[in-house]
Amino acid sequence: MDVLSTQNKALLLGNEAIVRGAIEAGIDIATTYPGTPSSEIADTFSKIARYYKGKGQEPGFYFQYSTNEKVALEFAAAAAVSGLRALTCMKHVGLNVASDAFMTYMYVGCKGGHVIVTADDPSCHSSQNEQDNRYYAKFGNAPMLEPSDPQEAKDMVMNAFRISEELSLPVLFRMTTRTSHIRGPVSLGNINLKKKKGKFEKNPLMVTVPEIARKLHPVLLEKMKKAEEISEKSRFNQIEDFGGTDGIVSSGAPYKYAREVMDELGLKCKILKLGMTNPVPGKMCMDFMKSCNRVLILEELEPFLEEYLKAIAHEEGINVEIYGKGYGGLSRIYEYDMDVTETAIRKFFGLSEKKAVKSANTPIPPRPPVMCPGCPHRATYYALKQVAPEGTIYPTDIGCYTLGKAPPLEMADFLLCMGSNVGTACGFAYATDQKVVSFMGDSTFFHSGLPGIVNAVHHNHDCVITVLDNRTTAMTGHQPHPGTQYDGMGNEAIMLKVEDVVKGLGVKHVEVVNPNNLKKTKEAFQRALEYKGTSVVVSKAPCALILPKSMREGSFEVDQDKCTKCGVCIEKFGCPAFYYDGDKIKIDETLCNACGVCTQVCESHAIRRKK
Amino acid sequence: MKKRLIFAGVGGQGVLTEANILAKAFLMNDVKAITSEIHGMAQRGGSVVCTVCAGNVYSPLIADGGADVIVSMEPLEAIRHIEKLNGDGTIITDINPVIPPNVSLGQSEYPDLVVVFNELSSRGKLVKIDALDIAKKAGNAITKNIVMLGALAGMELLSIGKENILQAVKDNVPEKYIAMNERAFNMGYEAVKVL
Repeated sequence: MDVLSTQNKALLLGNEAIVRGAIEAGIDIATTYPGTPSSEIADTFSKIARYYKGKGQEPGFYFQYSTNEKVALEFAAAAAVSGLRALTCMKHVGLNVASDAFMTYMYVGCKGGHVIVTADDPSCHSSQNEQDNRYYAKFGNAPMLEPSDPQEAKDMVMNAFRISEELSLPVLFRMTTRTSHIRGPVSLGNINLKKKKGKFEKNPLMVTVPEIARKLHPVLLEKMKKAEEISEKSRFNQIEDFGGTDGIVSSGAPYKYAREVMDELGLKCKILKLGMTNPVPGKMCMDFMKSCNRVLILEELEPFLEEYLKAIAHEEGINVEIYGKGYGGLSRIYEYDMDVTETAIRKFFGLSEKKAVKSANTPIPPRPPVMCPGCPHRATYYALKQVAPEGTIYPTDIGCYTLGKAPPLEMADFLLCMGSNVGTACGFAYATDQKVVSFMGDSTFFHSGLPGIVNAVHHNHDCVITVLDNRTTAMTGHQPHPGTQYDGMGNEAIMLKVEDVVKGLGVKHVEVVNPNNLKKTKEAFQRALEYKGTSVVVSKAPCALILPKSMREGSFEVDQDKCTKCGVCIEKFGCPAFYYDGDKIKIDETLCNACGVCTQVCESHAIRRKK
Repeated sequence: MKKRLIFAGVGGQGVLTEANILAKAFLMNDVKAITSEIHGMAQRGGSVVCTVCAGNVYSPLIADGGADVIVSMEPLEAIRHIEKLNGDGTIITDINPVIPPNVSLGQSEYPDLVVVFNELSSRGKLVKIDALDIAKKAGNAITKNIVMLGALAGMELLSIGKENILQAVKDNVPEKYIAMNERAFNMGYEAVKVL
């Protein structure tokens, strides 16, 4: 495993570099709820734990895939106030889930260092929004670090633990899809893992009743003043003076694009590279702006640095022109890239526009993400569609099943966030006369599905809630969850059954089906749709990709003599392994996962297992 | 010296592995290398693209007209990123299409391969191989990404040679599959030599 390399250098993913930093810093506790682009951080902790255990060694840290981000943060917070070093990682919207704990945790503070990693997703590569979580640092008063490459990710994590302990304050660590998914060379130090126990020392100031909270808030603001002093001296905030009277201010991945563009165009200027972006080093920024006539700010998403720099320039009466959002194509939306950066830099330095390179003349069909061949969700959707009345509303949730939005199934109508399927299903059931069938996965069910179901039962809302139980957290890379047999350490865990939980919550009509049996699945949905009140269908079959190889080996084929070319396999069922070769329907054997559900779809019995 | 490569393909074909092996080969030979990967929401079936930038580079991303080589495991995916290629770039692609589901549904059309290859030829030096067939002959279709790496090595475009890349392949595949992957690599290497 590269992340455990004993060489002096290794090629690491940004997310892996965070883990390397943590294990060199002597991490004790790591927690998460997985979410792209943060997932590899937690998965790497899990792999390391299982690797050591496999060798019969004590891993020296504890790692947990928690039920959701809030639980993950709370668990690690308790460890950190007991003096242990902790890291909690999540995707940007995960911090929304954890935000209730996060905001008051800043008041309470920690003893052992606690690094909270948020991985933002400019351009929404795999997310429902592109919120800029730097504002959480401002909102909650958390010191914040932002690396621009894997080496910095490792170095900054180690530094973040020290800052956190110096201030007794958790530190926010902001990644983006790009910095998480860059691989680059990282210098390695010694791994420093040793199992420790913390000691919780009672202190009334940790019980945030109003009178205590009122005392803690000014303390927090004092800590942030100290944090600014740290920021002024941080080696991650640097002025690089290549000459001239123009300046660029940047942080994260855009800093790398700026360096590359400057290098390619042979331009020289001063660069203020910010790695600690909350609190921003005010004095350093003022000195920088005083030394420049003009400043260009390269930051993705919101004008976070820009607003700060404009405010202090105004307050201090610094005579400098500041260019940011809206200048030279710099936008508040989507991630920056080399071309965005080059366009802005060319304009800033008065160069002619870059000659555009033509994209292909040949029209290229898009290749959007789809449910895999053999995915049991497709079978569930297909069966339900046969029996659901026209106009049925399908609230959906976060996971592979959002891909049910694509044709030909088109069974995803409304989505807000993790767990939103149930709450919105009840709302639609009340607000309309339409039938409502909602979907969520097994991991999502445990993450945030439960409160919605309790609400549905209590008010007897008339809707069908489907739990697509594929025995894993599939979309983020097959992590375990409370419904699986093992935990993130590879230890055996108590497996909660979705059907038992919903019965316990008071749902009266609960059915468990194997979606790969289309007939029985149809019948189960028929009964659930007829039931007046809240019903739950647990559609249970493992994700095609976690099945043992032996169960998905081989493929199916179309008997051309029997095939009537009715097209139901492609136009209704929509398995991506099927394709038209001229007017013949064929199955791509390299894609087929041999689930065989298509044999139930084909009325002319033209599909058979390939010998 | 800067070298910038794009690796493209369809989710599940091993694009990321292919790019990482090359980056490690650079690193083993003391050439700085950085990669960046885009993988969308699906575990399988979507477009995947990965960059490898080597030498005195800062950015993991490649500007339009900035790539020296495109290595694609599928013809459509080669042309999807064609604006990244520089004026005298090379395109190495497998010739076997993977039909997107929206084409099967009749919502869009897979372009004629002759048209695709003609346009690719007009944009750079085009090298076509039947990597799927070679991979099957090497022992398993799954080694197609390693066939493509062999083909890349065969084009002699990089500062590191065949043996360097092959070593990285051997270091990064499971032990019991080393022989099969070595075969795949060598067959890919030979395939472009006889063109």
